Amino acid sequence: MGFTAPVLEYSALAPMLVIFAAAVIGVIVEAFASAKLRPSLQLAIPLGAVILSFTQVITLRGTSTTTAAMQSVVIDGPVLFLQGTILILAFLGLLLIADFEQFAAQASAIPGSPEEAVATKTGKVQTEIYPLTLFAVGGMMLFPAASDLITLFVALEVLSLPLYLMAGLSRRRRLLSQEAALKYFLLGAYSSAFFLFGSAFLYGFAGKVSFQGIHNVITSGPGNDVFLLIGLAAISVGLLFKVGAFPFHAWTPDVYQGAPTAVTAFMAGATKVAAFGAALRIYYTAVSGAVWSWRPLLIVIAIITMIAGSLIAISQRDVKRMLAYSSIAHTGFLITGILALNQSGITATLFYLATYGLTTMGAFALVSLVRDAPGEVTDLNRWVGLARRSPQLAIIFSLFLLSFAGIPLTAGFIGKFSIFSAAYENGAISVVVVGVLASVIAAFFYIRVIVMMFFAEPGSDSVSVIIPSRFTMSVIWVAAIVTLLMGVFPGPLLDLIGSISTLVR
Amino acid sequence: MTLSIIAALPLLGALLLTSLKQGQIESIKRIALGSSLITLAATVLLALNFEIDRPGFQFVESYSWIPALGINFRLGIDGISLILILLSTILVPVVLVAGWYESEGGRFSVKTFYVLVLVLETMMIGVFAATDLFLFYILFEAMLVPVYFLIGGFGTGARQAAAVKFLLYSLFGGLLMLASIIGLYVISSNQIGRTFDIGALGMLQIDNLTENFLFLGFFIAFAIKAPLWPLHTWLPDAAKSATPGTSILLLGVLDKVGTFGMIRYCVELFPDVAKTFTPLIITLSVISIIYGAILAIGQRDIKGLIAFTSISHFGFITMGIFAMTTQGNSGATLYMLNHGFSTAALFMTAGWMISRRRSSTIADFGGLQRVTPILAWSFFIAGMSSLALPGLSSFVSEFLVLVGTYTRYPVAATIGTVGIILAALYILIPVQRALHGPVADGNAGLPDLNRRELIAIAPIITLIIGLGFYPKPALDVINPAAKATIIKAGMADPLPAVGGEK
Repeated sequence: MGFTAPVLEYSALAPMLVIFAAAVIGVIVEAFASAKLRPSLQLAIPLGAVILSFTQVITLRGTSTTTAAMQSVVIDGPVLFLQGTILILAFLGLLLIADFEQFAAQASAIPGSPEEAVATKTGKVQTEIYPLTLFAVGGMMLFPAASDLITLFVALEVLSLPLYLMAGLSRRRRLLSQEAALKYFLLGAYSSAFFLFGSAFLYGFAGKVSFQGIHNVITSGPGNDVFLLIGLAAISVGLLFKVGAFPFHAWTPDVYQGAPTAVTAFMAGATKVAAFGAALRIYYTAVSGAVWSWRPLLIVIAIITMIAGSLIAISQRDVKRMLAYSSIAHTGFLITGILALNQSGITATLFYLATYGLTTMGAFALVSLVRDAPGEVTDLNRWVGLARRSPQLAIIFSLFLLSFAGIPLTAGFIGKFSIFSAAYENGAISVVVVGVLASVIAAFFYIRVIVMMFFAEPGSDSVSVIIPSRFTMSVIWVAAIVTLLMGVFPGPLLDLIGSISTLVR
Repeated sequence: MTLSIIAALPLLGALLLTSLKQGQIESIKRIALGSSLITLAATVLLALNFEIDRPGFQFVESYSWIPALGINFRLGIDGISLILILLSTILVPVVLVAGWYESEGGRFSVKTFYVLVLVLETMMIGVFAATDLFLFYILFEAMLVPVYFLIGGFGTGARQAAAVKFLLYSLFGGLLMLASIIGLYVISSNQIGRTFDIGALGMLQIDNLTENFLFLGFFIAFAIKAPLWPLHTWLPDAAKSATPGTSILLLGVLDKVGTFGMIRYCVELFPDVAKTFTPLIITLSVISIIYGAILAIGQRDIKGLIAFTSISHFGFITMGIFAMTTQGNSGATLYMLNHGFSTAALFMTAGWMISRRRSSTIADFGGLQRVTPILAWSFFIAGMSSLALPGLSSFVSEFLVLVGTYTRYPVAATIGTVGIILAALYILIPVQRALHGPVADGNAGLPDLNRRELIAIAPIITLIIGLGFYPKPALDVINPAAKATIIKAGMADPLPAVGGEK
């Protein structure tokens, strides 16, 4: 048996190749460039790569669906849309990260050690976060495009490993940050194991790793259903962990809270896009033949996730933790989009991912600006009366919260409406009703924050907002404008998604 | 285009305001008043061009908005919407003149107050003119935001709690309605293609069980808004905390969106189910009438009094709507208009009394008749209108509602009549306590109405008396629309069965 050299379709893979190449260059730059040159170079390379990659996505837009790299990767409309979304989020995320003050000067120095003090004082900062981000972005772009289990797993690891590291890089409260990183890593490794375990069972069931092959075996029916069920369950655990669905959500609040806020913003926005992109592909194509087995389970998980996320968020006193639980609730809404299992479900999920990703990013970016002398203030009690001190930020944050709550004229409402109507179309009325009720609960804690900012008297320990970096501020503005624009004129985006939203096996 | 332009006028005023500096208080107020007056003038022109005898919607316009979801920006008015748009555009300038200093001393700047009021006016016009269900829903929900900030930012007392309570109640109802809208949307996309056109949605074939749930989603939302017993508990809190001007807009116009929605959506979209639920709804209305009246009698706070009288009046309106007779329906719509005016007059005078006396307890106002005769007379006339004294506008509508209900539900109408007797109590007791009797401590030197306040109250009192003696212009506009509603509901008026003429 001879070895056939793999055929690679470079043009179809170009968006990802650009990112990975730039990541490798970033590592080299980190090692060899002078300390003076490095920060600006390290920012320029990834930004340039993201733009270049985005132009590649745009050029691929018109071409018909292809499979690439020996059928391990599919480039179809939804993939290109998701990759474009991830790249936009990555661009904004890099801008947030460029506000470098949030990160530890030397991640390798022990917290509180003399080395750390020296590094901070002399300004000899390491900039490895940029190549790490690019690796994560590459993995995220590959994740929804993967069309066999091996590629899917590789993409999952490529996107996860840099994120584990990035979560631990906070300059302040480093121990909390490192604890978050460790927790994320351990639980992530655990879920990867589940994922691999499930892949093995699916291979045992179908004798193939490709989604196409698994689909064929499910529909033609020679496989062993027990293997299928075990495999499906274990793979679902892995995916549900990544998206932060109940009961696999426990890492979310700790990691969101501990990680540097710029990383949290990037992670909360982009990881969700990638993970739900992959989930769409798996559930809509690979295992759509076995819908009887997983749909009831996902219905239950969607319902519990929406309720639990909204209920627990009420008791949160930390703004990052509150946003984390709100993101869990939104995971429930997004699972509803997967349950819909129809064309409008894909369109709705893609729209929701794009707008929610941006809004989340804007919200976390804004959190990073609320500070006092020692650093960021995330204690909600100290946000009291924020509207007095910086009305502009308070209004924008309210806009984000209203969008999360799904109030009309914001992007969140259109997303929620299209997801719920898609699910209703397929008869998942129970989920729609629960989703609507969960929205009421969620509205309560979003509104409470608005009340705190606008209507409560500022106390003596209330915080001010530092004069923000131009980068962070521009990210917030972009997010705010898109949130409003997509709430009032979502037509063009919905049309665009509608025209491309056919998933290919 | 006409309707869009009229709806856009206040919004343009609001945009103009944002370009001004915080400190230019006088010019901010003048521009806000000016743009609301221009809107009023435009609406009056619109009303003059309205063709009374033409069936269906007029001034129709439709633009594609979100084609992917079948959503259009579609406006059009019939008699009912025209009356309510007129009510809104009349009340806004009146509120601005009456509460010229209301915007000062709030948590937010004076400019914010006027921007919020003008944005709200645009939404009020839009919500009554929308003939696309999605557009209606968006405005219905988005309206909550300015009202929330108006209550929480400029009110008094426990304003934050009242604002949040108002918002959560309304959101709860709104989201139930959203579930129903999604249901309708999916059914429409299966049967006739995706649309939110309310004309087309009325033609859908829906199985009975689903229709019941869809109806309830809409009805609960509107019953919270209107508000109907037992979903009313947010209203007294909101009315007590809000400034008088906000309360006028809240009770006078926003709550009418609830009763308007009952006619336009509950009855016209789900006629069969509406009939099923009618006995229940009529019962709730009667309870509202009596309950609101009894609690109004017990109120010591003058704003709370007006809030509870309104709950009683909304009971009458709902009863008139679900009596499903032309008379009941016309009466209900006319009642919406008249209730708007009499509540506005009550809140205005009460607001002036409170700001003079710095107290809202009824007992503190003793002897105002002697100290401030014009203020006292204004309050008296407003109160008489509220208890539906013949010759004042509310009498006509209350009478129509009761007659219209009696032909189909004699028992409910009879019990409802008790509400009129109670109304005499809840109005006359405060009138006696607040206006007559010895002058209470601290009331001796209070000034009477100044010219600005006279200008604000005069048109409303004129309307109350004018429509009381000559309601024909309003009824001419309302009647064809009310008939159309009854036909859409598939009902016919029962023949009068009075005495031995059977």
